[in-house]
Amino acid sequence: MTAPGVQEDVTGRPPVAERRLHPVTPLRRAWAPVAVLMGWAVHDPDGAQRQLTRLTTTTLLVGLGVLIPAAALYGFLSWWFTHFAVTDSELRVRTGLLFRRTAHIRLERIQAIDVTQPLLARVAGVAKLKLDVIGTDKKDELAFLGAGEARALRAELLARAAGFAPETAHEVGEAPSQRMLRVPPGVLAVSLLLTGATWGWLLVAAVALPLLWTATHSLWTVLAAGVPMLGAAGASSVGRFVAEYDWTLGESPDGLRIDHGLLDRAHETVPPGRVQTVRLVEPLLWRRRGWVRVELDVAGSSNSLLLPVAPRAMAESVVARVLPGVTVPPPEAFSRPPRGARWCVPVWWRGYGLAVTDAVFAARRGLLRRSLSLVPHAKVQSVRLAQGPWQRAHGVADVHVDTGANGTVTARLRPAGEAAALLRAQAERSRTGRRDALPDRWMA
Amino acid sequence: METGSPHDTGTADAQGTPTPDAGAEPAWRALPPGLLTMRRLLLVVWLGLLTLATALVPGLLAGPAWGAFAVLPLALLLWGWVMLERNWRSWRYAERADDLLISRGVLWHEETVVPYGRMQLVEVTSGPVERHFGLASVQLHTAAAATDATIPGLDPAEAERLRDRLTELGEARSAGL
Repeated sequence: MTAPGVQEDVTGRPPVAERRLHPVTPLRRAWAPVAVLMGWAVHDPDGAQRQLTRLTTTTLLVGLGVLIPAAALYGFLSWWFTHFAVTDSELRVRTGLLFRRTAHIRLERIQAIDVTQPLLARVAGVAKLKLDVIGTDKKDELAFLGAGEARALRAELLARAAGFAPETAHEVGEAPSQRMLRVPPGVLAVSLLLTGATWGWLLVAAVALPLLWTATHSLWTVLAAGVPMLGAAGASSVGRFVAEYDWTLGESPDGLRIDHGLLDRAHETVPPGRVQTVRLVEPLLWRRRGWVRVELDVAGSSNSLLLPVAPRAMAESVVARVLPGVTVPPPEAFSRPPRGARWCVPVWWRGYGLAVTDAVFAARRGLLRRSLSLVPHAKVQSVRLAQGPWQRAHGVADVHVDTGANGTVTARLRPAGEAAALLRAQAERSRTGRRDALPDRWMA
Repeated sequence: METGSPHDTGTADAQGTPTPDAGAEPAWRALPPGLLTMRRLLLVVWLGLLTLATALVPGLLAGPAWGAFAVLPLALLLWGWVMLERNWRSWRYAERADDLLISRGVLWHEETVVPYGRMQLVEVTSGPVERHFGLASVQLHTAAAATDATIPGLDPAEAERLRDRLTELGEARSAGL
């Protein structure tokens, strides 16, 4: 669709060298009209069939003759009018045909950089690059760049964000990465087989579908109910396996590197000091094997997984690297809610727990599927105490700790007096927790 | 830093009122009475109209006895009259050296602490009704959307003083994410 002649780099105004995206970019929107048609056909099969029988060869040809050049023109123009440039302190993205849009993204505010390659992009040798800054969205990703160009751009952006001199940022190159951990496919497969969601959906399907069949004897009803259920089961097993395959965690001076994916590859870099919350999740069936899943919150980033599965000791050592100076408090360090709390949350009150150390606010919850959230004091944005009438009658209160990644960690059902003291003490800790934090430009 | 340990959890009084450590009690400020007046007036206007409607419509159409339905909104009005004052009394805020405290709610009590260094934006808003009563509210935003730190019904001069002071303190103690 694009003439090969338009590939040469276009240099804009002299001070800032503007660049264009990779010339295969227009193709990425080529499937959109097809998808719309398919969606309509699936949504309304009878109507689609009626329309198909009415179609003659001429109308078909005319339709295609209009649609394809229109789509091609749109793709070409949106590619032609999209430019990006890297300056000393910003990434500038200029885009839009009718509605012009210019985004200046400040590099010292980078929370993470993602380079992703969907399957087709891997075939074509291109990649998407996205800067995670608070407030950026899908429109700000650079899709697509050549795979090598994306890596070079990521290295340059990281070097500039780290505070290297602008003249040398070009030559710094990729920071050496040291592998910390790789999740073996076998372990990942077993861990997903031991996840409740898949079996839950299969069980629901096994019970509901025969019932539906005996009730209605209609194949369409059974299919309409069964396909989403099996789809959900597939997404929580096969889908996750494909996405989390070959999960590799690396450490470099530029921060944490996460690479994963079987078909679609994703490479994420989280610079030091950007992690707001870490969660250790322990599903019931994993407990015997001592496995945990580690999730993390980074402001502005959509990825929330740090490790799909790992032995607990290894996960704790990874947490210690991700949040410097933090050790995961041992189970006996957690204090439980008082006995009165059992009237507020029957049975499950035992699952809640809280431990506060010099570096971290750690709250635990869940009885069957245990989850432990860690917030470094320096990442706390505000602290709230909440108490409803029923909780007051039983002398307990909740303390919420809000982080910049739009997450809230809650220490539930604390004794009321302790909660009030905790509120003040936590505010004090979060204020002073900043003193030994790294600067935004971590190499400066 | 032993706040989370079990041995200092003993003093949970049945009333559940936070017992702040003595000496560190901040200088709480209450809201001016304007907010209470405004809310009560709105309550009287709306529920008064509703009372009239429930008294007149069934009373005229179905007989005078049906007008007794008006007791319901009337009771609601009287109850709301008392509740509004309780709620208004429960609102208070304190500017401490390094953070702002906001405490509110009677049944559902909530207390928020925001360190000045985490403030991203301070907003002063005032709607048409609020302006008529000479009121303005101050809202604090941090990087966390869950932070719900709003002080309603302030005197506009006080709201502006608070805004300027908060931005000044926020600049001095600024820290990002």
